[in-house]
Amino acid sequence: MSVLQRLFGFHGGVKPAYNKEASTTQPIAVAPTPTLLVIPLHQSIGGPPRPLVAAGDRVFKGQRIGAADGNVSSAVHASTSGTVVAVEMRLMPHTSGLSALCVVIEPDGRDEWIVRQPFDFRAAAPHQTRDYLRDAGVVGLGGAVFPSYLKLTAGKQGRLDTLVLNGAECEPFITCDDVLMRERAEAILKGAAIMREMLAAGRVLIGIEDNKLQAIAAMEVATRAANQAAGDEAMQVVSVPTRYPAGGAKQLIRVLTGIEVPHGERSTEYGVQCFNVGTAYAIYEAIELGQPLISRIVTVAGNVGNARNFEVLFGTPMRDLIALCDPLPDSDRVIMGGPMMGLLMPANSVPVVKATNCILVGSKKLFPPPPPEMPCIRCGECAKVCPADLQPFEMYWFSRAKIFGKAQEYHLFDCIECGCCAYVCPSRIPLVDYYRFAKSEIWAREVEKESADQARERYEFRLLREERERQEKAAKLAAKTAAGREKAAAALAEAQKPAATPEEDAKKALIAAALERARAQKEQVQPENVSDLTPEQQAEVAAIEARRAEIREMAKPHLRQDD
Amino acid sequence: MNNSPYFLKPASVQSVMLRVLLALLPGIAAYVWFFGAAILVQIALASVTALAAEAVMLKLRGKPLMLFLGDGSALVTAWLIALTFPPIAPWWLTVVGVLAAIVVAKHLYGGLGQNPFNPAMVAFALMIVAYPSLMSQWPAVGITDFAPQWNAIFGARQLDAMTMATPLDALRTALHTADARATVAGVLGHEAMFGNIGGKGWEWVAAGYVLGGVYLLQQRIVTWHMPAAFLATLLAVSGAFSLYDAAHFAGPSFHIFTGGAMLGAFFIVTDPVSGCTTPRGKLIFAAGIALLTWIIRTFGAYPDGIAFAVLLMNIAAPLIDMYTQPPVFGHKGKGRTPDE
Repeated sequence: MSVLQRLFGFHGGVKPAYNKEASTTQPIAVAPTPTLLVIPLHQSIGGPPRPLVAAGDRVFKGQRIGAADGNVSSAVHASTSGTVVAVEMRLMPHTSGLSALCVVIEPDGRDEWIVRQPFDFRAAAPHQTRDYLRDAGVVGLGGAVFPSYLKLTAGKQGRLDTLVLNGAECEPFITCDDVLMRERAEAILKGAAIMREMLAAGRVLIGIEDNKLQAIAAMEVATRAANQAAGDEAMQVVSVPTRYPAGGAKQLIRVLTGIEVPHGERSTEYGVQCFNVGTAYAIYEAIELGQPLISRIVTVAGNVGNARNFEVLFGTPMRDLIALCDPLPDSDRVIMGGPMMGLLMPANSVPVVKATNCILVGSKKLFPPPPPEMPCIRCGECAKVCPADLQPFEMYWFSRAKIFGKAQEYHLFDCIECGCCAYVCPSRIPLVDYYRFAKSEIWAREVEKESADQARERYEFRLLREERERQEKAAKLAAKTAAGREKAAAALAEAQKPAATPEEDAKKALIAAALERARAQKEQVQPENVSDLTPEQQAEVAAIEARRAEIREMAKPHLRQDD
Repeated sequence: MNNSPYFLKPASVQSVMLRVLLALLPGIAAYVWFFGAAILVQIALASVTALAAEAVMLKLRGKPLMLFLGDGSALVTAWLIALTFPPIAPWWLTVVGVLAAIVVAKHLYGGLGQNPFNPAMVAFALMIVAYPSLMSQWPAVGITDFAPQWNAIFGARQLDAMTMATPLDALRTALHTADARATVAGVLGHEAMFGNIGGKGWEWVAAGYVLGGVYLLQQRIVTWHMPAAFLATLLAVSGAFSLYDAAHFAGPSFHIFTGGAMLGAFFIVTDPVSGCTTPRGKLIFAAGIALLTWIIRTFGAYPDGIAFAVLLMNIAAPLIDMYTQPPVFGHKGKGRTPDE
């Protein structure tokens, strides 16, 4: 059935030991419901959701407990039925060790669902479907947790050439997508069909690394059936060479279509959109079963005797899952994600969230501490393996020297932090740490600069307002005095009309003098300390005046409102 | 606790440097075969001096001694100096050269990875300017007796019987200073030392370096860019001039197989620290060295021009890199066009 798909390469990449076999020998197990679920409200990219429940509330399984807030945000749901014990700050599954607002639920053991109703997306307007998916909490399950509803618009053309399903799963140890494809291929493709309709995509390419033979076979069978049912050949499984990071969205798009989506641009502008297979499954569940996203497949692997995959309710402590897998006694850390990009957990009590594709148990033996860092010898190994075609050692050089402008010139922000450079560096330099440092410094400076700019504008606006008020007051005063005297003078003149007397002349002079005073007063409002300035200072004053004029221009509407 | 990535490919500066040393062995073997064991003495002398100088400098700079002493970089510099200096040079010539390389060219500029100039070439350039005659006394091919060589290095120097100019030197001297009737063919045909291609014995040493170079390519320690651009340029320039006037310009095979050309192509030009790093930059950098080498060899006053050519191009390397940055992902041809 399948036409031979032309494949493209991507630059760089590495081939670490995959360590995927151990966790794929057994089918997906359903993890037991813990005694206490700690569900963080903020589980996706974007604004943290608003809590909808309070301590003491009874919740059903699938009930919304956090509502999407803002343009980029995604809802959160109760993973089982029970009672809300608290809505409070709890430790988050993040290296920073920071806490965030969580809904703590004590399960009642009844696992009572809300009323589930399939969503007829064909009858609904596209924006309604997107709102539905936002409220169903569907986010990208490949690890980036970007709200999926935002990616389900076809871009300017109103249609797409290619929908890419990402089943590459290139990071070592992680097998959650692999087993999902083996066991639930049909549902994944149903989700893909929904996305294809929403995006008006011409074809669906399912990219799977060629080390997942069973997943490829299962997906091919399901694809054949789906194509037959749809009466076309739109869906196609493509086995891609196994090379980390082939599962990076941009790398996979490049491999399958030859298109390179530049940093900061939407792939839909290039006629292609990419979703993880787990996300497709979540969309199927949300649309066809009416079930919001409350669980996901999680691989538990690494320093454990019995690595495997679980279907886990969000909020389940990682500790509980690890305990099910016979952790070895020398385990000394828990990593969320894989060994190349995973995050070190601050404690093993942190909950499983939407971003948790893998719980990797580490030990000194499995992940030995890196040897001492040596100076860079510019050997260029990092540039050879960089999938973003960067010159990592140059970025390192400037990040280390804190010359952040130069680091940005060398495209620091095109770095996807895949870790290939650090993986091969013979000098054992933790390169990605340097990039993270440089990026966070640049962000911090931008925020600082922005607030400084705002403060300066506020200050200049205040000066401007005060000056205007002074001017107005002076003008009013002058007009008043001038008018009063003129009137008096006029009356006097009327009374003594017949003869123009010297007295009248004196009065005229008085009036003139008053007018003159008023004018002088008006002029006085101008700052007086501008005499005796050097040319440089004058130039500076001129520049400031120009900027003020600009702000005045900008502030005009506000001024009118004020008036 | 470290951040991701949590596991690393087994690799180290030490392993890179050791493989470079390994790659030098075939060339050294041919060297010993044709010119005697003196070169081994020089290598040992240079190595000991380099390690001692490195240790002192590390101590002075407060750096971890064993970590950096074990990285092998000082040994690579030492071996390259020994291989570019005459094997029967007096011991102090080698020692001073190595000290200049390690103390001045390397550590005063900040140590490993920081030197803008190739340390071995700094040593060569310095010594050939300071001691031109000592740097030009090369052993005659076939005279491999160890005792007189040992004496030449450490004791009384009675060199007349055992030295001769290198092929490059002889050719240059003949063409420059002899009567106008001297021709390349005349010199090359006449002198006993010129072998089949680039000088008796030297062509085999060069072949040994090529073997090592192929190993470095296979190990992905060097990329093809620099050796290819260097040799191709040298070949093109010498070929063009030899076609133009074969009587006064030596041909490409002579240029490529004589002097330090092969050592340069695979081991000196390819020094990552002081050279270019972008693919296009590497091509320009190595081609520039080849061009300057040919010019200095042909018109200059020194027998071989590689050292000066390398140093001159070292100066230009950062600029070349700046202007040859490869386009990053998504910024080639506006991203839309598949470019394979």
